[in-house]
Amino acid sequence: MTSTLDTPALFVDDVTVRYDTVLALQNVTLKLAPGRVCGLVGTNGSGKSTLFKTIMGLVRPTSGRVTIGGTTTAVARRRTQVAYVPQSEAVDWNFPIGVRDVVMTGRYGHQGFLRRPRPADHDAVDAALERVGMTALSGRQIGQLSGGQRKRVFVARAIAQGSPLLLLDEPFAGVDTTTEHALTAVIRELAASGHAILVATHDLAGLAQLCDEALLLQRRVLVHGSPEEVLLPENLARAFGAPPPVNGGRTEDLAQETYAQEAGR
Amino acid sequence: MIDTLIEPLQYGFMQRALLVAVAATIVCALLSCWLVLIGWSLMGDAVSHAVLPGVVLAYLLGVPFALGALVFAGIAVALIWLVRGTSRVKEDATIGIVFTTLFALGVVLISKNPSQIDLHHVLFGNLLGLASGDVWQVSILAAVVLAVLVAKRRDLTLFAFDRVQAHTLGLSPAALSALLLSLLAVTIVSALQAVGVILVVAMLIIPGATAYLLTDRMARMLVIAPVLAVIASVIGVYTSYYTDAATGGVVVLAQAVVFTLAYLFAPRQGVVTRLVTRRRAPERETAGEPTESVIPG
Repeated sequence: MTSTLDTPALFVDDVTVRYDTVLALQNVTLKLAPGRVCGLVGTNGSGKSTLFKTIMGLVRPTSGRVTIGGTTTAVARRRTQVAYVPQSEAVDWNFPIGVRDVVMTGRYGHQGFLRRPRPADHDAVDAALERVGMTALSGRQIGQLSGGQRKRVFVARAIAQGSPLLLLDEPFAGVDTTTEHALTAVIRELAASGHAILVATHDLAGLAQLCDEALLLQRRVLVHGSPEEVLLPENLARAFGAPPPVNGGRTEDLAQETYAQEAGR
Repeated sequence: MIDTLIEPLQYGFMQRALLVAVAATIVCALLSCWLVLIGWSLMGDAVSHAVLPGVVLAYLLGVPFALGALVFAGIAVALIWLVRGTSRVKEDATIGIVFTTLFALGVVLISKNPSQIDLHHVLFGNLLGLASGDVWQVSILAAVVLAVLVAKRRDLTLFAFDRVQAHTLGLSPAALSALLLSLLAVTIVSALQAVGVILVVAMLIIPGATAYLLTDRMARMLVIAPVLAVIASVIGVYTSYYTDAATGGVVVLAQAVVFTLAYLFAPRQGVVTRLVTRRRAPERETAGEPTESVIPG
């Protein structure tokens, strides 16, 4: 582990991403220290997933650069310095692979040429499955799991990887409340043991409980501060484009609903 | 019964036919597991047809067939990627255009250059007429491909399952895909002369598809596919010997019979099995309890 207290776990330095004519991210700067959880908040299309993909080197920034633990993204990936749980895994759920095998793929970076699992790898996989409460289902084929269980498996894989930086893109989307609470607890534990975690979320009500800091994104950084600061009505209005309603107006949108609750305090 | 099995083996051509059929079958069956899961089944079809002009040109230039075939396998894959990546034509159409064009080029070259290349042999192989040099070529190439596949099976499976995770771990999905396609090309080239285009295509698809119906663990697929495929190939070669029918054709039919049995009676995925299970216990229709234990990696 190369990250020290001086080196940020993640440094997004003035990153701009342009897809053809569309500006996806504009001059985004973000520093994340080890042991901190940063919540990424913004509307759909605000650039959250693009930011994750840029950090992972899946999207090349038009300008600016990303460093992870002081090295480039590519080097960090090869050194297993970053784990990533995408918003929706683009995997075939009928693939002939079991829960435990999926989590074991998180250990490949620690294994040799043949990827033969060592005792330490089995221990890490067991511990990760235990942490997300999936030990009992570890023998299942992944297609035989519910949405929340599937998400837990992929979070377990990220944990088993043992990387100092974790990127979680909307881990709470479409999962049951039990899973959401379990994952929140796991994220806090990981931060307590020194991991830096960037997590995109729509759950504004749980933001303060989940995060040490939050970043309000609308192609560019609107606010980066404490969760309370991000949740100020005037800030949310800038991101979600709603007029500041005193009593909740439309409630079908989760963000606006929460916004109304916050505003009504 | 034993005599039935042993009698043909006193002939050298039968020994060679069985050896080559088994070697080619094992490698093709392993490859087919990944191809079927990635959705690349047609890639085997494409590459095996596209190497024909390479074989003809190699004959005309007096270099080994395998070299010409390998070059054209590479050209086919490169053309497919090029056209797919730079136009709106979808992958299946791209594959169809590239392999039929290259195959047609091979047919034209053969027709304009009278040679010893027998189109019928290229299509259906000549298992019972192999020279010992063919046996060596197939065996050595098969052994090399087998070693690489076994060594890198976990990386290839991760690539087939989740390319983003492969990328996250610092592996290159592009390199893994190139590795798989290269192994495919080498396999096709080694097997083509002996067993023919049609048999290669069948052996690159049917065993993986059959095994996929029989288990939901990759580690088991990689055992089931070659074992069943070898049984089918051996039955096919013997049947061909006793009935004097086209060997390649009989082997493919034997593979198809095994697939059909799995399709109908596989323990969980079989069509008949599911009907029977549903009738017995209608309330457990969607149960899907795990009956298999875990095989690590």
